[in-house]
Amino acid sequence: MTEIITGADLRPTNETELAEAVAGARAAKTPLEITGGGTRRALGRPVQVERTLSTTGLSGISLYEPGALTMVVKAGTPMAEVEGALAQEGQRLLFEPMDHRALLGSEGEPTIGGVVACAVSGPRRIQAGACRDSMLGVRLVNGKGEVIANGGRVMKNVTGYDLVKLMAGSYGTLGVLTEIAFKVLPTPERAISLIIEGLGDEAAVRLCATAITTPFDVNGAAHLPATGDAPSRTVLRVEGMAAQAEYRAVELAAALREFGAAERIEGEPHDAIWREIRDVHGFAGRDGAVWRLSLKPSDAPGAVAAIRANLGAEARYDWAGGLVWLLIPEAGDAGAAVIREQTVRLGGHATLIRASASTRAAVEVFEPEPAPLARISAGLRAKFDPDGLLNPGRMRA
Amino acid sequence: MQMPEPKAEILARKNDLVAQLAEVLGADGVISSPQELLAYECDALTAYRCPPLAVVLPGSTEEVAAVVRICAAMGVPIVARGSGTSLSGGSLPTADSVILGVSRMNRVLEVDTANRMIRVQTGITNLAVTGAVEGRGFFYAPDPSSQLACAIAGNIAMNSGGAHCLKYGVTTNNLMGVTLVTSQGEIVEIGGAHLDAGGYDLLGVICGSEGQLGIVTEATLRILARPEGARPVLMGFDSSETAGACVADIIRSGVIPVAIEFMDKPCIHATEAHAKAGYPMDVEALLIVEVEGSDLEIEEQLSQIKKVAARHDPMVLRESTSEAESKAIWLGRKSAFGAVGQLGDYICLDGTVPVDRLPEVLRRTSELAEGYGLKVANVFHAGDGNMHPLIIFDANAPGDLEKAEELGADILRLCVDVGGCLSGEHGVGVEKRDLMGHQYRAADLEAQMDVKDVFDTGWIFNPAKVFPLEASAARRAG
Repeated sequence: MTEIITGADLRPTNETELAEAVAGARAAKTPLEITGGGTRRALGRPVQVERTLSTTGLSGISLYEPGALTMVVKAGTPMAEVEGALAQEGQRLLFEPMDHRALLGSEGEPTIGGVVACAVSGPRRIQAGACRDSMLGVRLVNGKGEVIANGGRVMKNVTGYDLVKLMAGSYGTLGVLTEIAFKVLPTPERAISLIIEGLGDEAAVRLCATAITTPFDVNGAAHLPATGDAPSRTVLRVEGMAAQAEYRAVELAAALREFGAAERIEGEPHDAIWREIRDVHGFAGRDGAVWRLSLKPSDAPGAVAAIRANLGAEARYDWAGGLVWLLIPEAGDAGAAVIREQTVRLGGHATLIRASASTRAAVEVFEPEPAPLARISAGLRAKFDPDGLLNPGRMRA
Repeated sequence: MQMPEPKAEILARKNDLVAQLAEVLGADGVISSPQELLAYECDALTAYRCPPLAVVLPGSTEEVAAVVRICAAMGVPIVARGSGTSLSGGSLPTADSVILGVSRMNRVLEVDTANRMIRVQTGITNLAVTGAVEGRGFFYAPDPSSQLACAIAGNIAMNSGGAHCLKYGVTTNNLMGVTLVTSQGEIVEIGGAHLDAGGYDLLGVICGSEGQLGIVTEATLRILARPEGARPVLMGFDSSETAGACVADIIRSGVIPVAIEFMDKPCIHATEAHAKAGYPMDVEALLIVEVEGSDLEIEEQLSQIKKVAARHDPMVLRESTSEAESKAIWLGRKSAFGAVGQLGDYICLDGTVPVDRLPEVLRRTSELAEGYGLKVANVFHAGDGNMHPLIIFDANAPGDLEKAEELGADILRLCVDVGGCLSGEHGVGVEKRDLMGHQYRAADLEAQMDVKDVFDTGWIFNPAKVFPLEASAARRAG
């Protein structure tokens, strides 16, 4: 059994050791903070425990079959290794996960387990689905120290309940992920983006709605409002085989003519702007709390205007308006009450992504649930981790 | 196949139950006469039948909630039913259960193309969802073969797929929100017109839970803009192995077709006799590969696919050049199940295997079938490895059904053993319930049943499905 020393980190090197470590911690009644590369440790409420359990000892690609579009990877594997292996075969993860390091000011190597635990999905989510939609199977160790497998490594699987999706975004509170199977796809030959400048929020969201309801398979639609002297930019991305991408870009520009002239970008400037959008560079290194809102796209500009009427807020839009990033002065509840008034009124949810530990401890970081759902969520937590051993307090106080 | 003994104390209270149900639904919302109950004694898995105690046909979410409260108070199991097209016995009743049919709740509640969503009551058929939006150039992507009849309720319960999920995903990837009636009769909204969950992904676990966690009465679905066009190409090969290898190579080459359908020789011949689609009769296997887009986009993708296929020496390569030719190519595939039905009774399996194991699984399936002296026809979604071996048997020959079921179990175990699963899109129901132990260890099943405990403390929702009876016995007795 992995030795438990008070205050020390646990770093098992395989699933059996990990299960033993959790079982040991359970016997000793010592809760654990689950960590991977540590780059997303500041997401969620602060976990106040003395011991961490690191998954970085469980690293490596267990299986990669490009012809079956499948990759199975151990939870502690660095993202760089996953993306590097895929790139060698001309493939990629569909859901374009964000790198939180710039926004959170964190250091280290992000791991695939962290991406899944926090359900990190990027701009392509609107067309290719979320992190959970790419997940085919999981292995995990629950709070009782038992190894649980669910799903598998095939594209279609409705055998029993889908606990795979339940694990995505559970922030380590239902179990410690040990291995995840993904669907992957070929990287298209060519990507082209159109940039339209000078639109207000309302017009930009209307433009995005028009763009994503054309047949041209737009897989990125973001709006970066004006800052200082720089005009706002609304950015739309199409991809495909070489001639296909060209066709889509030309036709899309024609379909959007009423919104103004579009500039076209490709290659490195193109990739750079989507990294900037994905990783929210605009709010990196600046003071203030950062919120992430998921809304019905057409509701977003109105919600932002209502929030701005009460708080100094700067907004950035992704997902055709459906994802709003807000930078808010970090005072009092960091804007929680004002923001949640909108999510409660309109439907949707708001998550406090960046704030001091004391603010994250005081404010509901995740959207509060209505009573019947809160009961179900608490019930699931109690079943998977009856002693509240794994990341206690990370999601709910 | 075993079902639990009906509880005598529930059977004894039928009149009381029916009276209470009629009070909230009106007399025409409750079916209780033995003759009328026969219409609900089975779904599309017709080998197993049992009339329920009663059937309720509520007209609103509030009525569903009232039914659940009545049944929960009396400990009466509720088996939810959409259109009754389940191939795995998902809505097979027990004698002491109430069938809750959502067929009267079939309205479109909201269409919002700007936000790419539609909100419906779940009794609506799959095809009617597309029907409600196609005039505006949109469609709902999951397209199970039964789409003319099957209800969205059942699609959500079984996480149904279809021919085009290689590109568009299955139900769970196109489901944005539900209205759920809990086992306590509460009405809750999960998800909606926004994306993803703010806490645990409850929507993800509800989809595909086979009516065991709650009753889904309304759903918000993703709709997509119709592509400009689509065109299939038909390719014939001298062996199933070659066809299988071609599938993997197409995917590997970077083109993602919207569909790759596979048919083997027995299926081609049955289909041709029935539908006269003009399929080549001398090939061992054929593929239908469809791509979408404008003419230019289609040309570019098809030229790549043809280049890959040429490496596998296809005996036939027929590219559609017109709408009529496209229809003819799909006609055979779409009539395959009916055509095989002309050969005899059949069981339709639904295992999924890793795409690169397809040739091996096809070979071993035919070896297994020979061992049982039974014929198997194969028609399936090759792009995602979701196989549909059709085991042909004679329901009137004593012992033939049992033999076919044994072969089916052997084939499904084979699917699991090569890294696949028991069910790709039909669900476990009762059909594959007793094989669950082959795919999952006891602790894995326990974790799933723990989830049911949380949603459905009294185990009143479809309790005798999905989990082997002995594994769920203590909970069902609860």
